[in-house]
Amino acid sequence: MTDLLAIGTRKGLWLARSDDDRRTWTLGEPHLLAQEVAAVSIDTRRPAPRVLAGIQYGHWGPTVMWSDDLGGTWQETDHGAIRFPEGQDAALARVWQLRPDTADRPDVVWAGCEPHSLWRSTDGGCSFALVRGLWDHPHRTTWEPGGGGGAVHTVLPDPATDRVTVAMSTGGVYVSEDGGGEWAPRNRGITAGFLPDELPEYGQCVHKVAVDASGPDRLYAQNHGGVFRSDDAGRSWTSIAEGLPADFGFPIVSSPHAPGTAWVVPLVADMQRVPPEGRLRVHRTRDAGETWTELAAGLPDGNWSAVLRDAFCADEHESTGLYVGTRDGCVYASADEGETFTLVADHLPDVLTVRAARLP
Amino acid sequence: MTVQVVLPGALASLAGGQRHLDLDPAGGTLADVLDALCAAHPLLGRRIRDETGRVRRFVNVYVDGDDVRYGGGLTAPVREGAEVQVLPSVAGG
Repeated sequence: MTDLLAIGTRKGLWLARSDDDRRTWTLGEPHLLAQEVAAVSIDTRRPAPRVLAGIQYGHWGPTVMWSDDLGGTWQETDHGAIRFPEGQDAALARVWQLRPDTADRPDVVWAGCEPHSLWRSTDGGCSFALVRGLWDHPHRTTWEPGGGGGAVHTVLPDPATDRVTVAMSTGGVYVSEDGGGEWAPRNRGITAGFLPDELPEYGQCVHKVAVDASGPDRLYAQNHGGVFRSDDAGRSWTSIAEGLPADFGFPIVSSPHAPGTAWVVPLVADMQRVPPEGRLRVHRTRDAGETWTELAAGLPDGNWSAVLRDAFCADEHESTGLYVGTRDGCVYASADEGETFTLVADHLPDVLTVRAARLP
Repeated sequence: MTVQVVLPGALASLAGGQRHLDLDPAGGTLADVLDALCAAHPLLGRRIRDETGRVRRFVNVYVDGDDVRYGGGLTAPVREGAEVQVLPSVAGG
C-alpha cells in the first residue's frame, strides 16, 4: 500500500510517497515548477488516481490542471476548466479549493474560487460550471476580500444529502440544502471583531470549516479570531476556544473516524500571526472542543512561520495521519494522530496546501 | 491582411515551438489579432487574455514597438505587416 502526499507551494507542486505505512517518506522532484499551486486534491475514486491542481501561471493566469499518472504528465482544458460565463464581467483570479465529491457521485468535483464563486464539475475536474445560486446571491456584492483575496475557500458536500456548505473570507458560512440552488448564511454566534456589529448575519472572516466524524450537523470553524462549534449544521455556533493559547489561526481539521476529534494550529492574533512564543504546535481536542491538548513532539521551537488554511490535512487511515505545511517550506507528518511528527520536507517554497491519500 | 506575432520563449511551446506566427486577422485592431491567435491556439490565447477578453495584468503587448496600454488597448490599430510582440512584465518574486 502506498500513501501519497501532495504539497502545493507558491512555486510548484511536490509529491511525497510512503510505502511503509507512513513511517518514512520520499520526496519527489518538483512538478509545475514556478507555478503557484494553491489548491490540490487526490481523487482516488477513479481507476487511476487523479491529481488535480489549481495553479496560477504567474503572468499567464490561473487554471486547473490534472495528472492521471501521478505527475508524469499534466493536462488542461484548452479554453480553461473554470471560466466565467460571458456577460459577468468577471475573470477567474485563483482556484482556492478542489474538492472531489463522494464515491456515489464519482465524476463530481467542486471548486471554490476567487472572486467569491463556487463551481461544479461533472467530468472529474476537466471543466466546471458556475453555481449560479451562490453567484447570484444578493449578499455577494457585499462580501469583502480578506487579506489573501475574496474567495470561496472551503467546500463541504454532504455525502448523504444535497446539502453543500461553503466558507468564505469574508462572507462567512453559507449552506445550500438543494445542491447549490438556494443559499442562506449560517453564522449566528461567530464573531467579527473587525466590524462595528460583532455578530452580523454574514460578513465574518471564517478561515476554515471541518465536519465532525459524528455526522454532518456537527461542524468546527477556525475563525479570524475565535474557534467555534456548531451542532445544528451551522445554524448556531458556540466558542470552543477556551484552553487554546490563541484563538487565531487558519486551518481546522477533523478526524474522519473519531467523533469529537479535531486539530488546530494556533497563531498569535491579530497582526503577528506567528506561533505563540515561536513554538509551532498542533492542538487536539477529543471532546468536541471542551478541552485541548498541546502536541509538540517533532514540531520546532524557534519557528516564526505560519500554517495557512489548506496547509494542514488528515488522511483516511484508522490511526489518522496529519500533515502540516509551513510558510517557511517545511512539511511535518504524523501517523499517530499528532502524538509525534517527523519532517517530510524542508526548504520548499511557502506551503499553501497539503493533501494525503492512500492509493488503491 | 497579415501580421506577425512574436512570442516570448515561455509561450512558444503552446504554438508548436514557434516564436514567430503569421496571422490573418478578420479586422485591423489588436483584439482582432488576439482573436485570430486564440482561434488558432486556444491555450496560448488564454495565457494572454482572461475570459473577459482583457489582456492579463502582467502581460505586455507592443504593436510595432509601442505599448498598447498607452495606445488604445485592444482597439489599437494594427496595420498590414505589423509586428505584435507579447512579453511578460517585470513582475514576480
